[in-house]
Amino acid sequence: MHSVLQALGVHAQHIELVWHTMLWVCGFMYLLVIAFLIHAIWRRRGDSDAEAPRRMSVALAGWIGLMVLGLFGLTLTSFLTDRALVHAASEPQVTLKITGYQWWWEIEYTNPDPSRQVRTANEIHLPVGAQVLAELGSNDVIHSLWVPSLNGKRDLIPGRPTEISLQPLRIGRYRGQCAEFCGLQHAKMALEVVVESQQDYDAWYERQLAAAPPASEARAARGQQVFFNTACNLCHAIAGTDAAATVGPDLSHVASRRMLAAGALPNDPEHLRRWLQNPQREKPGNHMPIVSLGRDDLDALIAYLGTLQ
Amino acid sequence: MSAQSPSLDGEWLDESATRQRLEKTWDDAPGLWGALTTLDHKRVGLRYIVTAFGFFGLAGVAAFVMRLQLAHAENDLVGPDLYNQLFTMHGSTMMFLFAVPIMQAVGIYFVPLMVGTRAISFPRLLAFSYWIYLFGGLLLWTAFFLNIGPDAGWFAYVPLSGPQYSPGKRVDIWAQMITYTELSSIAVAVSTIATIFKQRAPGMALNRVPLFVWAILVMSFMVLFAMPSVMIGSSFLIMDRLVGTHFFNPAEGGDALLWQHLFWFFGHPEVYIIFIPALGMVSSIVQTFSRRPVFGYPLMVLSLIATSLFAFGLWVHHMFATGLPRLGNSFYTAASMVIAIPTGIQIFGWIATVWLGKPRFTTPFLFIIGFIVVFVIGGLTGVMLASVPLDLQVHDTYFVVAHFHYVLIGGGVFPLLGAVYYWFPKITGRLLDERLGKLNFWLFFIGFNVTFFPMHYLGLAGMPRRVYTYSSGLGWDGLNLLATGGAVLIAISLLLLAFNIVRSLRSGAAAGANPWDADTLEWATSSPPLSFNFTHIPLVTGSHPLWDSERLHVMRGLRLDERELVLTTVLDAQPDLREPSVPPSIWPFLAAIAVGTMFVTSIFSPWAVIVGAIPIAITLTAWFWPKSAAEEEIEQ
Amino acid sequence: MSARDLDERPLQFMGDLSHLEDHGHSHRSLTWWGMMGLICVEATALGLAVVAYLYLSTHEQQWPPAYLLPDPGWGTAFTVIVLLSFVPNMLLDKRAQQEKLGPVRLWIVVMTVIGFILVVIRYFEFRSMHVAWSDSAYGSAVIVLLGLHTVHLVTDLYDSIVLVVLMFTRHGDTGRRYVDVAENAIYWNFVIYVWVPIYVVLYFVPRWL
Repeated sequence: MHSVLQALGVHAQHIELVWHTMLWVCGFMYLLVIAFLIHAIWRRRGDSDAEAPRRMSVALAGWIGLMVLGLFGLTLTSFLTDRALVHAASEPQVTLKITGYQWWWEIEYTNPDPSRQVRTANEIHLPVGAQVLAELGSNDVIHSLWVPSLNGKRDLIPGRPTEISLQPLRIGRYRGQCAEFCGLQHAKMALEVVVESQQDYDAWYERQLAAAPPASEARAARGQQVFFNTACNLCHAIAGTDAAATVGPDLSHVASRRMLAAGALPNDPEHLRRWLQNPQREKPGNHMPIVSLGRDDLDALIAYLGTLQ
Repeated sequence: MSAQSPSLDGEWLDESATRQRLEKTWDDAPGLWGALTTLDHKRVGLRYIVTAFGFFGLAGVAAFVMRLQLAHAENDLVGPDLYNQLFTMHGSTMMFLFAVPIMQAVGIYFVPLMVGTRAISFPRLLAFSYWIYLFGGLLLWTAFFLNIGPDAGWFAYVPLSGPQYSPGKRVDIWAQMITYTELSSIAVAVSTIATIFKQRAPGMALNRVPLFVWAILVMSFMVLFAMPSVMIGSSFLIMDRLVGTHFFNPAEGGDALLWQHLFWFFGHPEVYIIFIPALGMVSSIVQTFSRRPVFGYPLMVLSLIATSLFAFGLWVHHMFATGLPRLGNSFYTAASMVIAIPTGIQIFGWIATVWLGKPRFTTPFLFIIGFIVVFVIGGLTGVMLASVPLDLQVHDTYFVVAHFHYVLIGGGVFPLLGAVYYWFPKITGRLLDERLGKLNFWLFFIGFNVTFFPMHYLGLAGMPRRVYTYSSGLGWDGLNLLATGGAVLIAISLLLLAFNIVRSLRSGAAAGANPWDADTLEWATSSPPLSFNFTHIPLVTGSHPLWDSERLHVMRGLRLDERELVLTTVLDAQPDLREPSVPPSIWPFLAAIAVGTMFVTSIFSPWAVIVGAIPIAITLTAWFWPKSAAEEEIEQ
Repeated sequence: MSARDLDERPLQFMGDLSHLEDHGHSHRSLTWWGMMGLICVEATALGLAVVAYLYLSTHEQQWPPAYLLPDPGWGTAFTVIVLLSFVPNMLLDKRAQQEKLGPVRLWIVVMTVIGFILVVIRYFEFRSMHVAWSDSAYGSAVIVLLGLHTVHLVTDLYDSIVLVVLMFTRHGDTGRRYVDVAENAIYWNFVIYVWVPIYVVLYFVPRWL
């Protein structure tokens, strides 16, 4: 779901109310203007009426009064909604840190206990109904986090921490996208918010805490070798291995994610193959270099990544 | 000098003899030399208009290519690099090289005519401003065709536009283009303000000034106070990029939001700089074709002034998503709402004028009706965007794209096209074809709405701005295709306009001095006007000189053998001084080359600023050096 | 019918302009309005540069961040001289409006010499800031603010030199040249006025913060 008009978060619903109020009030004002215009054009013109300008002045006074009233009402609606949004997430149950990169999202679940912190990318899991507070930051340029069905957007600005709160009300997958122009691949910088039941969320969280399973199967073991020999580990981290770089997305549980490359491609072996063969074809200009691999190496690498559930 | 001197104009001289002598004094040299040295505000103004429409065409083609790219999901007509250049070029060109210059250009051409003077103030500054503007525009588009066009957006947010994330020369070219065009814009504003304050025809007190002239005056003041902000901003940016300052570098105590404040402190007033002159055009056209004075003149003037003041108080509404303090945001919400009131009053004023008058449905008038129908939608979505919560949803989406095209095309281009049909006869002496004009209007009106109305919905459906492509299955496909279809209609309608213009230039019906039976002074002279505008300086005794009297009231006593103007007092326009006007000169052109060279070379070496100052000083000195023979003769 | 179709509206002569003077001072002259426009633009630019300085200062724990404070000596000397120059400048303006050649020649030379001294002091002032533009945002703001004022200073000095030359040639003793001299004096006043807030910002704000 990806629409302001399908509001399924507490914040988005507040804002949807503002939208409907605006639509009706402004729609009414517009119809008044058009009606006046049509009448002005097509009215029957008799002899000049000396009183007409004076009556027009009265009408103008009325029009100004109506505008003031309407604008006051809209300002009040807006202001009250803004206050409601501040109070809407005062006691967060889930806290996150989201960092923007050109052109993907790093997501960290903060926890006082360092061993219970989770790092992932481009996919946020949240328990339904929970109040969520996300700290936002950027590693490079300004990005903007926007999940329209849940809340308005908030910029991620280097050197200036910001935050956003969310409270999803229904189970489902919600699409989000970067809303501030951030360079070449701004168009392909999406993310998914997976809202699930508390049990499902807890199960997911525990899986994320686990280290990657050892690559026992032969092909996967070879794939792991490829991963380390072809310098994948210089950018990516896989928990439980020596790969700990943070230049690119954390791949510890990459196979559990639905999409690849910040929403650019579905995450299945076929698309993964295309992505690994030439990331510059699928998302031109992104920072992942082309690494030419033999067919066998590629198969092995795909098999290995597939085990990272 | 005694009256009845043969060197002064007056009833003692035959009209055609007077004109001949004035032509000798005021006409430019023939050929290229005349073209390079001319100070005639009409020639320069027309050059500005044609150049600005040229850039409009280029930026329009850029937009059209973008619409083709977005016609369906995952289209690969253009890649991300070219697409980002295209929207940067489109935005920068439309704002800096088309919208502001064209509005100023119409002012350059018509303000001196409407206030009844022979020439604009500081004509050499004006000539200089045109060359600087032309060079800035050419620099930008040359860079684009060499594939080093800027690609960081017309707003060039740091750090994306900074040295680290935009290496190369692309953003430098953008920043220098800004400096060029803002310099030219400020120069025009200074010329225009002095002309309006000091050169109005005797008797044209401030309460008799045509609304169009008021609009240009208000806009010029806005230019004086808004443009420095973007010039400071672009200077900081280029220094960060070229000599290693840290204004916007958070690692060294700089701040990315400083750029946004500087940019929007200019950028929001910029919208009104475009829109306010257009309101002046609307007033002129409504008045003429309703055959009645605009309803509520004092209120219309006050509304213009109020709008310009409020415009400086709401730049932060472009920055709601950056998480600034909420209390401050509420202030900007209120300010952004309040600005709707003066605009609402003016809309009422025009409709009331039509209601009270006897409208004639000519093409210019149709464009004004189109303006009201379209612009009011843009104004109302502007009210929506003033709300912080709603803005956080639709900010940087196609909803905003729809909004500002309704405001800028609705509020700027519709009146401008109306003005083209309205004033073309004055500029060329020939009428445009009305039937083609009406077809032009309807195609443009329908095409515009088909293109931009669906974008409101696309934005609400989650489509962000500045994306070179989108995935299928998000529900955006159909409306994007529709919008592209609308763009085709817009393109056809503009080609039709071009055809109409070319045809009329060849074989249009002769217009005569006052084809629309309008009331303001530009219609009191020939079409096209002579180099000296008026054979005799008009005397204004009412608000509507050509309606108030069958006769043209004029003054005698200006020199025929020297360029001379009459200066009047600021409020009441009482005649005060006879002011010499400078003769043609090549120096403004050479000074523009010196300044232009300095800007371009400064991209490659900061030393160019120091070295380049020398030719600039030389050319400027030569420019201002008294032309003694002519001038001192007047002194004695 | 020719394209240049003249309006056939009958004319009625209502008055005479030939008795008007051919130049006037202050707001009666066009030059004054041009100068005012320019001053508006430059005052806005300088004001925004000051605001940018103050805006950047709110982001730092310490201001100047880890750098030496500017030495106030040269800056204060500059301030004293520039404020004192108000007097000869006023005299120049007055004499120019009275169109008296001798005194105008004297005071324009004095003003040029003062301008030259100030440019020399400004050179040492730059060195006494103890910061380079590339050190930090603070350094950038300081140097650019000082630099912007210096541009105005140098421009006016150059303008004064040109006027000195003109006043000692045959172009000097004409009404319009006196208008130019008077407008230049107004511009110098502007250079004085804008310096005061910049001085306070550069030398005192770091001490107060």
